[in-house]
Amino acid sequence: MSDLPILDIVIFAPLVGAVILGFVPKDRLDTLRLVALAVSLVVFVLSIGILVQFDANAAGFQLGSSAEWIPEWGVGYTTGIDGVSLWMIMLTTFLMPLCVLASWSITRRAKVYFVFLLALETAMIGVFSALDMFLFYLFWEGSLVPMYFLIGIWGYGRRIYAAMKFFLFTLVGSLLMLVGIVYLYFAVGGDPTFDYRELLGTELSLDVQRLLFLAFFASFAVKVPLVPLHTWLPDAHTEAPTAGSVMLAAVLLKMGAYGLIRFGIPLFPDAARELAPIVIVLAVVGIVYGALVAAMQRDLKRLIAYSSVAHLGFVVLGMFVGSLQGMSGGILQMVSHGLSTGALFMLIGALYDRRHTRLIADFGGLAKSMPVFSGIFLFVALSSIGLPGLNGFVGEFLILLGTFFTYRWWVIPAAFGIVLAAVYLLWAYQRVFHGDVTDEANRSIPDLNPRELAMLAPILALIVVIGVYPKPFLDRINPAAQRVVDSFNSSVEPDSATTAGGDRVP
Amino acid sequence: MTDLILAAEQGGVILDHPAVLAPFIVAIPLASAVLLLLFGKRIGKPAGVIASAAVGLAFLASVVSFVEVLSFPKEMRGWVSETFTWIEVGRFQVDANLLVDPLSAVMLLVVTGVGALIHVYSIGYMKGDERYSRFFAYLNLFVAFMLILVLAENVLLLYVGWEGVGLCSYLLIGFWFEKPAAAGAAKKAFIVNRIGDFSFLLGILLLAATAATLSMGAINAEALNPNGPGPGISGGLATAAALLLLGGAAGKSAQIPLYVWLPDAMEGPTPVSALIHAATMVTAGVYMVARLSPVFEAGGDLALMVVGIIGAATALWAAIMAAFEYDIKRVLAYSTISQLGYMFLAHGVHAYSAGIFHLTTHAFFKALMFLGAGAVMHALAGETDMRKMGGLRKAMPITGTTFMLGWLAICGIIPFAGFFSKDAILASAWADGQYVLWAVGVFTAFLTAFYMSRMYFRVFEGPLRVPEGVHVHDVAPTMAAALIPLGLLSVVGGAINLPGLLTLEHFLEPVLGESHVPAGLTPWVLGGIALLVAVGGILLARSLYMTRASSLRRRRAYARIPWLVDAARNKFYVDQIYGYTIVLPGKAFSGYLANVFDTRFIDGIVTGTGRMIARTSENLRGLQTGYVRNYASLFLLGVVVILALLLLRVMFG
Repeated sequence: MSDLPILDIVIFAPLVGAVILGFVPKDRLDTLRLVALAVSLVVFVLSIGILVQFDANAAGFQLGSSAEWIPEWGVGYTTGIDGVSLWMIMLTTFLMPLCVLASWSITRRAKVYFVFLLALETAMIGVFSALDMFLFYLFWEGSLVPMYFLIGIWGYGRRIYAAMKFFLFTLVGSLLMLVGIVYLYFAVGGDPTFDYRELLGTELSLDVQRLLFLAFFASFAVKVPLVPLHTWLPDAHTEAPTAGSVMLAAVLLKMGAYGLIRFGIPLFPDAARELAPIVIVLAVVGIVYGALVAAMQRDLKRLIAYSSVAHLGFVVLGMFVGSLQGMSGGILQMVSHGLSTGALFMLIGALYDRRHTRLIADFGGLAKSMPVFSGIFLFVALSSIGLPGLNGFVGEFLILLGTFFTYRWWVIPAAFGIVLAAVYLLWAYQRVFHGDVTDEANRSIPDLNPRELAMLAPILALIVVIGVYPKPFLDRINPAAQRVVDSFNSSVEPDSATTAGGDRVP
Repeated sequence: MTDLILAAEQGGVILDHPAVLAPFIVAIPLASAVLLLLFGKRIGKPAGVIASAAVGLAFLASVVSFVEVLSFPKEMRGWVSETFTWIEVGRFQVDANLLVDPLSAVMLLVVTGVGALIHVYSIGYMKGDERYSRFFAYLNLFVAFMLILVLAENVLLLYVGWEGVGLCSYLLIGFWFEKPAAAGAAKKAFIVNRIGDFSFLLGILLLAATAATLSMGAINAEALNPNGPGPGISGGLATAAALLLLGGAAGKSAQIPLYVWLPDAMEGPTPVSALIHAATMVTAGVYMVARLSPVFEAGGDLALMVVGIIGAATALWAAIMAAFEYDIKRVLAYSTISQLGYMFLAHGVHAYSAGIFHLTTHAFFKALMFLGAGAVMHALAGETDMRKMGGLRKAMPITGTTFMLGWLAICGIIPFAGFFSKDAILASAWADGQYVLWAVGVFTAFLTAFYMSRMYFRVFEGPLRVPEGVHVHDVAPTMAAALIPLGLLSVVGGAINLPGLLTLEHFLEPVLGESHVPAGLTPWVLGGIALLVAVGGILLARSLYMTRASSLRRRRAYARIPWLVDAARNKFYVDQIYGYTIVLPGKAFSGYLANVFDTRFIDGIVTGTGRMIARTSENLRGLQTGYVRNYASLFLLGVVVILALLLLRVMFG
């Protein structure tokens, strides 16, 4: 059983499912939905195999496989995961069935839609599993295509504009990364290879590191997104169909953060450390800026999109302060944000399906007509604004603590972001759910149906689990985080003041 | 620590040790809350009974725990119930451990005792509400979080309870969310508290990073022993930590400058005002300062001076507003702010146990008066304007009589509970040499007696006066069941600290240190002064509200201080000042960022660059099939670039 290449099976299972879906006649809507749901559920069950077999105490990468692919170029099919990739993969496979459930309102060209969704899943899992830079790049670019079509074909209003913008932003970033990958490939002495684990130890001069770091950083910073490269996000989020928004927020943005952890810092630690102050400034600006801009949005989806800018600012902050708490907190926050924001997009999608609007001004008094919906919305909103006992708090606190050790004063604006989060979400909540029903159309909106409850319940449960007992998550994250922090702090002389910060933890 | 082990072998009266029950004390109301949240609609009417029973059970368990604590010798009265590790990253570890010691044992009794009574009261009060079971679910949830707050052994777990009660406060202030005022008040309460919590959180980070732990026992030990083997908490660092913690306390306990949410919070159902916004949650700040008192002591004179000044100023400020307010609940709200100010004043003069003593008696008489006010509102079809009330004591004997007890207690008339606790605070201020704080406290005591008597006389004495078409009735039995015990406690509550065998102060000594009260004749003189001003306040109110010429006298009195009357009735324009200096500029700035800076400037630059690229392939703006082709070609271009480079490498490498 344990000989089964479970990771590789999980990577390609969705693609196989997509092929199976190809045999279903395109007008059999119910069958299409059920097959897509079944496939995504099977993938999730398979991925539990990964979770079970994952050894929290093992060092390095595990459960992977390695095969020659284009040996003369040093390209291999190499996969493997650590604690970071583990939770990113679990997040992806966990959310996918729920995304299928959130796609019941897709009736136009549903077959192609589900094919794209499943293809996207393979690409995303691949990104988190690839240990060969070439393979990674293929998956990375590969994830662009299905998302581009999901937005462009099944999106709302200005979907063409949004899809194009999403595509161009990320592509420009990706091309810079590509140049970086190729340069790295050439820069290494010995047998040319794309194998990440072999590239890891490469000695590079600071100048070269700096250039390469910036090339990778460009790609990842767009994806995260860091201010000021974020403006594709509100458009893409808003115009994407619900499942697209969920996947975009929950997983695709995390690919950027993941890239920083996996490649940006470990491959170019000296440059990362040197440029960390700049990254930290961008992250903190993102926290405050995203929150301020979110407060004034009129469209619920845009509001959540800007809140993502703020939350991902926290994630990046944690990663670059050079302490274990910050790093682990940042990684946990990636999972938490995926759950909370994913659920918020599902809820807004459900609301849109009923009222065909997302404008805050069109609502009011919904708590009366949709008590269950509004209760769940509040619950998720609270998790998003970091209420202790729910998932968001654990990561945010760890990030702030980690920041305090090394960049003491920066916790002030960052923590202020938590105040602002309460402002924008509760203000929006008041306008949408409280007060009297002002528009008759809102008086008799049906509350959540069983399908929608089934799609939300697992997320709600996890929100509580991570908030109350994050230990199983952190236990698997910590070793991976420790490795990245070590590489971040590594090549400075031990006596230097800058390392003390990373080590001076309780 | 060895003491604990010794004591553990010894065993308690009933239990192994006093903290055994702690997890259950939290779990019972929590389980009930979850049950009611999920199945409340189906459960229906029994929801109130279930919720009350849950808190009642927690009360019984608290009594047992309290007795257990008493059964141990003084130096062995701190017990930890270990549950599970909450967060662990590297050497940073936070356990969800619960602490039972004299301080938390007293708080347990207050929270579950008063809580249980208010639950019972609510069965009658909320009867017929369309979200009846939801109300009790929130109330139970509140009690559970309050108990976490009180029992937390580390400051982060305390923060969990702290934010949790804030959430319940939000939910319950906005319980009647159809009313825009209620929804607005709920949001205001949450956000103002978050501002305080921002400060609190920074304080927690500072303590965590300095003491390398979040355990409050360990933090206090570092503060008490700064030169010990540990890192120590002292000097400017301790001052900074104390002031940051105070910021959090000022939010939750409605002190200057963050008190503005509490008057608005009166939009919530009245039992909520009694439980959360008078007896328990708002005292969390008082509790937290007491719990971390060594940090405040280590913070030096500056930290404590700020605590004392904020307390005294808030006590006075709120009392003035209470004196001119007509809304029965708002008078009580200002009164609560003012009395909380007294508790901070106590802390500021090192009299932590006096602060907790006043917290306890205040919980009795203020909850009682809120519930009485609720009974009046019930009888008068929701009326809250005191000008439309009068002579209700005869029409509502139970309410009127119990309210009278609460009134005498808060006025500080001997031998009612408030006399002793307020006197303890004032005497401590005197003993500490803080004569200005003492004087402010005495003057506030005069104002307190005045505004409370004003309310009592207006509402319950004189000729019967009710809004038209209202048939006055006294309370339902369940409501009386809460009023009568609270009335009794308002009378005898002071006895817990009467000089004798076991006083509250001595009981709290292991946690809060010894208290210093003046010796000799001084306490009698001070007590006499406090009593005199109280009587003076009552007499002034009597002359302005109870006599034949009172309305004329009132008019004359007000004519002498028109500016004060006007300012106080407008809450000293503080809401407006905050609105114009913080909210409006903030909105304008955010609006500028969102509508101009982000969309035009940043997006303009970035997409402008993008558009230039797009222009080179103008045909991209075509049909969807065109996109496929063009995307594919771009993607291919990328792959070709890689392949070309690889080829070069293979050929020339």
